[in-house]
Amino acid sequence: MQYGDKLNDHFNNPRNVGSMDKSAQDVGTGIVGAPECGDVMKLQIQVAPDGTIVDAKFKTFGCGSAIAASSLATEWIKGRSVEQASEIKNTDIANELALPPVKVHCSVLAEDAVRAAIADWKSKNLAANKTEN
Amino acid sequence: MKPAWPLDPKSSECNCAKCDGEKPAGASAPSGMIYMDYNATTPLDRRVLDTMMPYLTDDFGNAASRSHAFGWKAQAAVDQARDEVAKLINAQGKDIVFTSGATESDNLAIKGVAEMYRSKGNHIITCPAEHKAVIDPCKRLATEGFDITWVAPDANGVVQPEAVAAAITDKTVLISIMAVNNETGVINPIAEIGRLAKQRGVIFHTDATQALGKIPLDVEAMGVDLMSLSAHKIYGPKGVGALYVRRSGPRVRLVCQMDGGGHERGLRSGTLNVPGIAGFGAACRIAGDEMTEATERIARLRDRLEEGVMAGLDKVQRNGHPTLRVCGTSNLSFAYVEGESLMMKLANVAVSSGSACTSASLEPSHVLKAMGVGDDLAHSSIRFSLGRFTTEAEVEYVIEQTIKSVRELRQLSPLYEMAQEGVDLSKVAWKGH
Ligand SMILES: Cc1ncc(COP(=O)(O)O)c(C=O)c1O
Repeated sequence: MQYGDKLNDHFNNPRNVGSMDKSAQDVGTGIVGAPECGDVMKLQIQVAPDGTIVDAKFKTFGCGSAIAASSLATEWIKGRSVEQASEIKNTDIANELALPPVKVHCSVLAEDAVRAAIADWKSKNLAANKTEN
Repeated sequence: MKPAWPLDPKSSECNCAKCDGEKPAGASAPSGMIYMDYNATTPLDRRVLDTMMPYLTDDFGNAASRSHAFGWKAQAAVDQARDEVAKLINAQGKDIVFTSGATESDNLAIKGVAEMYRSKGNHIITCPAEHKAVIDPCKRLATEGFDITWVAPDANGVVQPEAVAAAITDKTVLISIMAVNNETGVINPIAEIGRLAKQRGVIFHTDATQALGKIPLDVEAMGVDLMSLSAHKIYGPKGVGALYVRRSGPRVRLVCQMDGGGHERGLRSGTLNVPGIAGFGAACRIAGDEMTEATERIARLRDRLEEGVMAGLDKVQRNGHPTLRVCGTSNLSFAYVEGESLMMKLANVAVSSGSACTSASLEPSHVLKAMGVGDDLAHSSIRFSLGRFTTEAEVEYVIEQTIKSVRELRQLSPLYEMAQEGVDLSKVAWKGH
């Protein structure tokens, strides 16, 4: 498939590739997709006590647009609050990368990955709050 | 105004075909790109173009014009090509019906038999790993009251004759099994299937598009009644093909799918594509002359590619039978890496993939699925197909680039990371979408 420059840039120079310690209290991990479907995204966030996402990392098994969409998502959520990040929209990702219609599901997956990472962080920290109190 | 005809012979002489005589026969790849997708199509061999050129220019007659020399010349070119195509499959010129390509040949064979023999039976046997040009006509017939038995190949992609035999009923009018699979290069036991078709009195069609010029074909020894062929897979022009139609032992009759002027024994109306057909003939002659040398050379390059890639990477699976394969095809699955992303990394190498992300349907390869390859490995598959103009240097470059690209993408792959950590990926509860 022929892609636009932004997508190719994210594919060729993916931002924020890597992994964080899943078990760390301040890290939220989202893994979405399935190998049989041809794409799996792992997206992780590290959240400061004030609720700011101080770091984000991803690893993606998938086509060029899946890799680019997850790279872009990590770039967008870094430095934002958890609340702001949870408002990320797949359509914005799709527009930014000029995804062709058949690839829009890659942006949906990236949005899902962000939400899953936030949900994981929340569940950890709500649970932690409970035990602390 | 300059007359459109006759063309100035000088002007036709100094176009690209002849003026760069330095180049070896065959088109060179576009600048900087390496072509390893010969199963998709092939460049026109320059010798083929030279054969075609007169029929595009000075000798432009209609082969059906019986009343003048323009027509006779065209007719002579078509007759010669008919014999050249026939020779490569041990048939006679009269058995050859020229078409627009293998897709049309498959349609004519399958629908033509189904309509002609409808009163005899409504059962067709084929294979789910066939090309869409066979699958879709069968599916259409299924909506029109035909029963289709889809005989799955084994795990190596080979269709077992016993499985075909077991599917035959007294209503079976056609068996259609491809000679060579386009995605894996796997060679089916055509002679054995032909023999049992003969024993049971069933017409046998084979799509030999990917076999022509790569393995010896013999419609007599193989018991083939109908054989689909295409020019553009053997360094001929696009949009030209043929259907071999047996005329005796038994005589196979077809309902034509194109009504009109009654060309091609009434089986395919339409003014013949004389330059294309002349090119197809030349392509067959060259393929026949060079088959032994070429297949040896190409197989050596293909084997080197596989050996080189596998030496540099673990978890690479070869799809398809290791030896029952044509010379140029290598279908490999690179675990933990998705095919389209690998093709993007291999930016200046033209290959194809069984990944869903490369198809409009968003389904992974139906061929690999039919062989029982899991969807995950189908998404990770790449087909390298080598051919007449592939060089050793290209193979070495592709080995190097493939290893580098797969390694990079594995560093990016959560599946690779999990596998390294000892996670059994088949046991993970994935949140699919
Ligand atoms: C096995 C097989 N059958 C049929 C076709 C279709 O051939 P054509 O492009 O001549 O219609 C192809 C090529 O795409 C093929 O590989």
